[in-house]
Amino acid sequence: MIPIDYYLWLSASLFTIGVLGVLFRRNAIIIFMCIELMLNAVNLIMVAFSNYLNDAAGQVFVFFIMAVAAAEVAVGLAILIMMYRNTQTTDINVLNRLKW
Amino acid sequence: MTLNLFYFLSFVAVFSAVLVVFSKSPVYSVLYLIITFFSIAGHYVILNAQFLAIVHIIVYAGAIMVLFLYVIMLLNLNKESEPHKSNVIKFAAAICAGLLMIVLVGSLKGTELLVQQNPTDIGLVKNLGKVLFTDFLLPFEIASILLLAAMVGAVMLGKAEKH
Repeated sequence: MIPIDYYLWLSASLFTIGVLGVLFRRNAIIIFMCIELMLNAVNLIMVAFSNYLNDAAGQVFVFFIMAVAAAEVAVGLAILIMMYRNTQTTDINVLNRLKW
Repeated sequence: MTLNLFYFLSFVAVFSAVLVVFSKSPVYSVLYLIITFFSIAGHYVILNAQFLAIVHIIVYAGAIMVLFLYVIMLLNLNKESEPHKSNVIKFAAAICAGLLMIVLVGSLKGTELLVQQNPTDIGLVKNLGKVLFTDFLLPFEIASILLLAAMVGAVMLGKAEKH
């Protein structure tokens, strides 16, 4: 069977790619997608441990993460549409007043 | 056989995840992200979490990514209009992500090997439903309130402002 380390490496790589995307891009939609990628890396490791430890709790946590991700995307995209309506762009650098 | 399938799915997942970050048009990013989600669903099937694999495809590829595509087409962003960050910031981003990778590698190196249990039917609807409705009943109900609040919030935010 597949050793658990392989899933650890795969999840670490996917999570790092997600972090790289958040830092690298300026389009807010792509930043959202990279956040989804990070959530999925965590989901994958939870399912892997749930299988290896023979415990269903990990898979139930994945359900809750999916519910939170759906809520986050719905509200986030609504905010993004409002932002586009006011500034005609989805560049996050336009919103730099939120920083201070 | 299973190991080869694992290598194939991992390669597809990582490759299309890299393309999500580096492709020019947001529409292509969404499509590559859908490929990543399908390969992660394949990993769930390998891990005997069949019900979760189906739910993953329905929720992510079916609902969330369609939402992303609708927003991109609604805002007409499918051309490359994104101004690029300066090279210094790109370099700093790559350095930061590399450092994070090093930290993760260092912390995961030499983990204790777990022996995989015999294949069980823990990931089927019957067992998951039992656990969900006995041990996790209160979080389940709170998740429904969270979804309701998110729906109300999205409708309120998306409503046209009165002038």
